[in-house]
Amino acid sequence: MTAPFDTDFGTPARDATMTVTLEIDGLPVTVPAGTSVMRAAALAGIKVPKLCATDTLEAFGSCRLCLVEIEGRKGTPASCTTPAEAGMKVATQTGKLAKLRRGVMELYISDHPLDCLTCAANGDCELQDMAGAVGLRDVRYGFDGENHTKQAKDESNPYFTFDPSKCIVCSRCVRACEEQQGTFALTIEGRGFDSKVSPSANESFLNSECVSCGACVNACPTATLIEKNVIAMGQPERQVLTTCAYCGVGCAFVAELQGDQVVRMTPHKDGKANHGHSCVKGRFAWGYTTHKDRITKPMIRASISEPWREVSWDEAIGHAASEMKRIQAKYGRGSIGGITSSRCTNEETYLVQKMVRAAFGNNNTDTCARVCHSPTGYGLKTAFGTSAGTQDFDSVADADIVMVIGANPTDAHPVFASRMKKRLREGAKLIVIDPRRIDLVRMPHVEASHHLQLRPGTNVAVLNALAHVIATEGLVNEDFVAERCDPIDFKMWRDFVSKPENSPEAVEAVTEVPATELRAAARLFATAGKNAAIYYGLGVTEHSQGTTTVMGMANLAMATGNLGRTGVGVNPLRGQNNVQGACDMGSFPHELPGYRHVSDTVVRGQFEKAWGVTLDAEPGLRIPNMFDAALDGSFKGLYVQGEDIAQSDPNTKHVTAALAAMECVVVQDLFLNETASYAHIFLPGSSFLEKDGTFTNAERRISRVRRAIKPMAGLADWETTMALSNALGYPMRYTHPSEIMDEIARLTPTFTGVSYDLLDKVGSVQWPCNEKAPEGTPVMHLGGFARGKGKFMVTEYVPTDERTGPRFPLLLTTGRILSQYNVGAQSRRTENVVWHDEDVLDIHPHDAENRGIREGDRVALMSRSGETTLRARLSDRVQPGVVYTTFHHPETGANVVTTEYSDWATNCPEYKVTAVEVRATNRWSNWQEENDGFRQLTTRISAAAE
Amino acid sequence: MDAERLVYMANQIVSFFKVYPEAEAIAAVETHIRQFWDPRMRKALLAHIEEGGSGLTPIAKAAADRIRAGAPAKA
Repeated sequence: MTAPFDTDFGTPARDATMTVTLEIDGLPVTVPAGTSVMRAAALAGIKVPKLCATDTLEAFGSCRLCLVEIEGRKGTPASCTTPAEAGMKVATQTGKLAKLRRGVMELYISDHPLDCLTCAANGDCELQDMAGAVGLRDVRYGFDGENHTKQAKDESNPYFTFDPSKCIVCSRCVRACEEQQGTFALTIEGRGFDSKVSPSANESFLNSECVSCGACVNACPTATLIEKNVIAMGQPERQVLTTCAYCGVGCAFVAELQGDQVVRMTPHKDGKANHGHSCVKGRFAWGYTTHKDRITKPMIRASISEPWREVSWDEAIGHAASEMKRIQAKYGRGSIGGITSSRCTNEETYLVQKMVRAAFGNNNTDTCARVCHSPTGYGLKTAFGTSAGTQDFDSVADADIVMVIGANPTDAHPVFASRMKKRLREGAKLIVIDPRRIDLVRMPHVEASHHLQLRPGTNVAVLNALAHVIATEGLVNEDFVAERCDPIDFKMWRDFVSKPENSPEAVEAVTEVPATELRAAARLFATAGKNAAIYYGLGVTEHSQGTTTVMGMANLAMATGNLGRTGVGVNPLRGQNNVQGACDMGSFPHELPGYRHVSDTVVRGQFEKAWGVTLDAEPGLRIPNMFDAALDGSFKGLYVQGEDIAQSDPNTKHVTAALAAMECVVVQDLFLNETASYAHIFLPGSSFLEKDGTFTNAERRISRVRRAIKPMAGLADWETTMALSNALGYPMRYTHPSEIMDEIARLTPTFTGVSYDLLDKVGSVQWPCNEKAPEGTPVMHLGGFARGKGKFMVTEYVPTDERTGPRFPLLLTTGRILSQYNVGAQSRRTENVVWHDEDVLDIHPHDAENRGIREGDRVALMSRSGETTLRARLSDRVQPGVVYTTFHHPETGANVVTTEYSDWATNCPEYKVTAVEVRATNRWSNWQEENDGFRQLTTRISAAAE
Repeated sequence: MDAERLVYMANQIVSFFKVYPEAEAIAAVETHIRQFWDPRMRKALLAHIEEGGSGLTPIAKAAADRIRAGAPAKA
């Protein structure tokens, strides 16, 4: 699909109900009040020359090129900084203006290299365009004097080049870094002729505070900041609008291509999730799609000790179906199952669960949301009646108090974090509840009012203490509760949280949070008349009480009346691009699409009629149950689409023992991941650039994924699942993913209005999207909860059974960082390794000193589950007694150390609390040495078959 | 299925609901296990009870007894 994505109206849109009508070059124009003359002109189809203005940034008024004349006014004001007024008569093209503009351009060009023909921005240079627009024919000042044209390039960043010789000091990059990204990494150093763009304190881009979001590159009107790919390849010649395949923000991107090669990915200005912004992963880290490690031929082998053998699609699919049928014949209908990744599209996950239910004949289907946000679904459905966040991302702009719990948005959801930071810079207050001092606690122009640095595993105790203060200090929004919530449940909750044992003072010893801070945070959160919003991540869900914590947050929001309007709500920041969608699509073993239990005879009947089969009324196995059943001998075959359970799931030895106990493991993926080492059949997957579909982001926004290039292995993932289902004897005959979405819409009440036609028309929609909300629902629970009355749940704090002691005195918590993504299958295969090429262990200097550990030392990280070796980094971001690492690199195998403890309701693993010990070492762990040899053995590929 | 693991899981569910009145807690644990446990897990839990049910809390045991007596999962 191609579209004119690059219309630039010069200044941002204004959202005012009042309009003004003015006349520009004789044309009447009506615009919202506050709109600039420049934008009004652009909306009327009149181009005013400009250089420092762009509609993603507030007007700056420095280039003096956009001057206009206004009847009855003196001078030639800049149209970018002049608001349109009723009755105004504006002239954008006069002899006087032409002379002024040519003069300005002469000055710019007199200090600019005249290498347009060989310049990387040739064809996409605003300076070049403006020289043409103003009719520049001569530069009277010559080029002999002092200039900047010989300045050295900064090529330190792996993705873009900074060439100061081409800089016109328009400050667009500096403003983009401030306004869009909120990092303040760039500045204009010096005055007058000496003015220059400087990353941090005149450092290289790589060594500066720059987070490589690309906003400066987007904003640059010349070739000063430009993608290295454009320098190498030239300008793209076609565009495809699609959605990022990394985190749950779901940024809209324009894939820009030459033929079938992607030149660059640029954030889509009209993307409703990202509004033209991006992060280093979505903007730049897509090179994995063509990485040499991609497997593009189906492969099979009889045992995992044999090399892989490349075969035809027919042979691989036929073999997979035959093996699954053999296993079922021998061990029973429930002996096989399927797992999808939340990186897959809605249509793919829908098809896999359909295949499991209809062709396997059981409900053994699960998704990796099991190990991240399954407590969100359970907790929010219990409280509100819907397994999803309550708001859209735009809602944060109306929040007065933001509470961030167990989330690190600047690393894990950076584009949303930029919008949150913007609101915080505008004056909203921030409460952070996190064992680590995440960046949001204190960064340029943002400082948390309260950082409740709790001991890992005590979320519920902290939330109960906050609730205690609200309930006992008269801070409950009684009107809201009386109108919107179940009174019996509320009374029970109020009685419970009011007990002395839930007071901040009582829990201080357990949580390690000072009671005074906790009381102050509670009072701030419950400030009457203000909007308080909760944002949370896996630091909430990945605990033995993950679901309890989600309910605790829902209780807080209901008690303070912070639901059902913009600026408030309970907002899960989903880890992967399609966590929400995978859950919506019926990927869990107990639920059909739309969160309806398999035992519901009416709902099941609808699916049975549509699918033409009888469906099992009993819930199937969840992922951890599949492992247990495999070791028990009752689960023998597994189809895994896009998920690397051997690296991402806890207690690696347990997971791999379960995989090794199965007779047929089918892995469908881009790469020979860790799970593939235990597989017997490998079906090559397709990247997000190679297929059509939809992703649903953390705000329930359904966005299109559009095929930009053909599948490298010949089949898109939905076609592969379809082929397998057909081979199993259950026919699927879709010709395009749009038909799958049509089926989803027919069978799912919250999706009845969703279609590819609608998405093409409006860009994206948030479910529920049906006859009541034809273009979606940005904010949920307006006027009432989906379940009727909001349900308060009593949330008693139950300490985890994972305890520290003399052998394992420290607590390990895990997380991810900006440049890498989850198990790293994608991001490790990009230049992002410049920033993070190994997992390191953050340890407090006191703990390190006690153990004789210095910065950079190799250390053994040991738990009751296992041991691994990695490097230590001394950091006071963690408290004494707490250590932290990431899980991006399989060589580290962080999950060798984590345990099988899990959430009581959903079995979501307790990744965030593991009792460990750390000691200096000079050797790799036994597991690492064994795994290294095992990987070499199990990833061999024999000669290709014809 | 490993009985020790299932006992742990059942007791963990009880740890959430035990703050509610006992009858309510037993019903909630029963419903939860019915809705989320694969039949082979429920069967193994019941078999463990047949052998004495060691390790199970009284609420978990009472919930399991209701499962034994009752119908399949209900939404």
